[in-house]
Amino acid sequence: MNAFQKMNTALMVDEEKRIFKVSRDMFVDPAVLEAERERIFDKCWLYLGHASELPKPGAFVTRQVGGRGILFARDGAGELKAMLNTCPHRGAQVCREKSGTAKSFQCFYHGWVFGLDGRLRSQPGDTSYPEDFKQRPTSHMQQVPRFEVYRGFAFVCFDRNVESLSDYLGGAREYLDVICDQAETEMQIVGGSQEYAIRANWKLLTENSIDGYHAISTHATYLDYLKNSIGGLAQVAFGGRAVDLGRGHAVLEYRAPWGRPVAQWIPAWGEAGKAELQRLYDGLVTRFGTERADRIATFNRNLFIFPNLVVNDIMAVTVRTYYPLAPDHMQISAWALAPQEETEWARKYRLFNFLEFLGPGGFATPDDVEALEHCQRGFRNAGETQWNDISKGMGKETPSYDDESQMRAFWTAWNERVFRVHA
Amino acid sequence: MSAVEMTMQTVDRVDVEDFLFHEAELLDEWRLPEWLELFTDDATYSVPATDLPFDASPDNSLFYVADDRFRLSERVKRLMKRTAHAEFPHSRTRHLVSNVRIRERREDELEVSCAFVTYRTKDGVTDTFFGSSRYRLVPQDGSFRIRSKRCLLDSDGLRSQGRVSIIL
Repeated sequence: MNAFQKMNTALMVDEEKRIFKVSRDMFVDPAVLEAERERIFDKCWLYLGHASELPKPGAFVTRQVGGRGILFARDGAGELKAMLNTCPHRGAQVCREKSGTAKSFQCFYHGWVFGLDGRLRSQPGDTSYPEDFKQRPTSHMQQVPRFEVYRGFAFVCFDRNVESLSDYLGGAREYLDVICDQAETEMQIVGGSQEYAIRANWKLLTENSIDGYHAISTHATYLDYLKNSIGGLAQVAFGGRAVDLGRGHAVLEYRAPWGRPVAQWIPAWGEAGKAELQRLYDGLVTRFGTERADRIATFNRNLFIFPNLVVNDIMAVTVRTYYPLAPDHMQISAWALAPQEETEWARKYRLFNFLEFLGPGGFATPDDVEALEHCQRGFRNAGETQWNDISKGMGKETPSYDDESQMRAFWTAWNERVFRVHA
Repeated sequence: MSAVEMTMQTVDRVDVEDFLFHEAELLDEWRLPEWLELFTDDATYSVPATDLPFDASPDNSLFYVADDRFRLSERVKRLMKRTAHAEFPHSRTRHLVSNVRIRERREDELEVSCAFVTYRTKDGVTDTFFGSSRYRLVPQDGSFRIRSKRCLLDSDGLRSQGRVSIIL
């Protein structure tokens, strides 16, 4: 059976009976991954990087995005450029470093030299080429078909006809705004990236990143740790809502008892920390009024932007993106995001907070990795036990942060894109 | 003062190696509470991200692990629980330590470097962690205590291993 023939078997949905099931074949079938590459990763806006990673002209990073190699650079005029990292001559990858600062980029194979904007500057033996060679568009490194930036978040799309990034982000824009408004200036990526992998289907990480239901059981040891830490937690109970933001985007917005660098104090941060957080909170009130200041400071957000960007504004802020290598294997890149103007004190506590939960060496993420890998193992039984149940909270007017409506939003959008089935 | 100074003068590489081999054994046998006792009260244990400079600080750069003594003790408590799912059932590990050198003798501590290869097997999958470690060791009672241990991975992030749920 090919992917097309499976179109009616990906989801089993009955609103009245409150049934929402996802076929486990969607996590294991290579034909499904092929269809995802063509209909999702070739069509959607994909996160490339953050403007703050390229602070000066000449700064660059190389990234894998949607299966392509991208050279993300700031040119001499200070403009951000996203180029396909391949030599127009014979195809070699031009820039082979992960990051750095350059005056130009040279392909080492035949020595062609390109400007920071990807334009061909010189090539050895240029007398053997026609005079107008450097004026031909095909002589330059190619720009990605579409490249746009929203509040520092740079995205690319390989479909020239895609809607604008702003329209694509739609309902997610407001939440990105709330997250970015933590900074009086701009948010920036902190030095150091976490690069890891999970032997599981990429969609399992989508589900996991916006899953409020698993915290108590999967992260029991993290919660134990918080209780043991000096002075314990903030006097705040877990509670909040899940919101379907359209186009497959979704968010959880909720209160939780952990400390937030902007700005929910916990006893471990002491009196100095209390004063610092009060200062930050007062700044938010001045800029936005009490209501929005409270939302920014005391609510957590797990924001999912279809198909593979997670911005979690929790005990720290993490930006995370991931790609499938195979149906049962994905690669993940994660960064820490923080206000540029943050004090040394706040930066230190933010990063300390980040690592206690987040990342492959934290007290929580390794258990998520384990859970996802064991789901993938469980899917070996998909021939006999075909369905995942994603029905928690169906029929509720306001789904709770620990229901599964946000996952249903993802799967519905996924199904529309991959199988062109409109629910 | 003498006791410390004399130890500092006489300690040699074999003493350090014996200590590091002992540490590796405690880790491989999952005797983590005993392992924790090797650390001073002001100790730190860290694993930086692999795209950072050698001397990066966890105060302003993102690491994989940056524990103070309290969090390190919590890491040990966590790893000994059944609810530390990533390490239940416990993985089997083998910590190999080599290329040991005493880099510097300070007033009350040694700066030591070594190379490491750690294998981890769980659920039929074997991962390899490799890199170099920097230790600050304080001579005490004929052995040492660890004031800091920093493990610098040589791999491209954790692209193949996926997590660093064991102690390196």
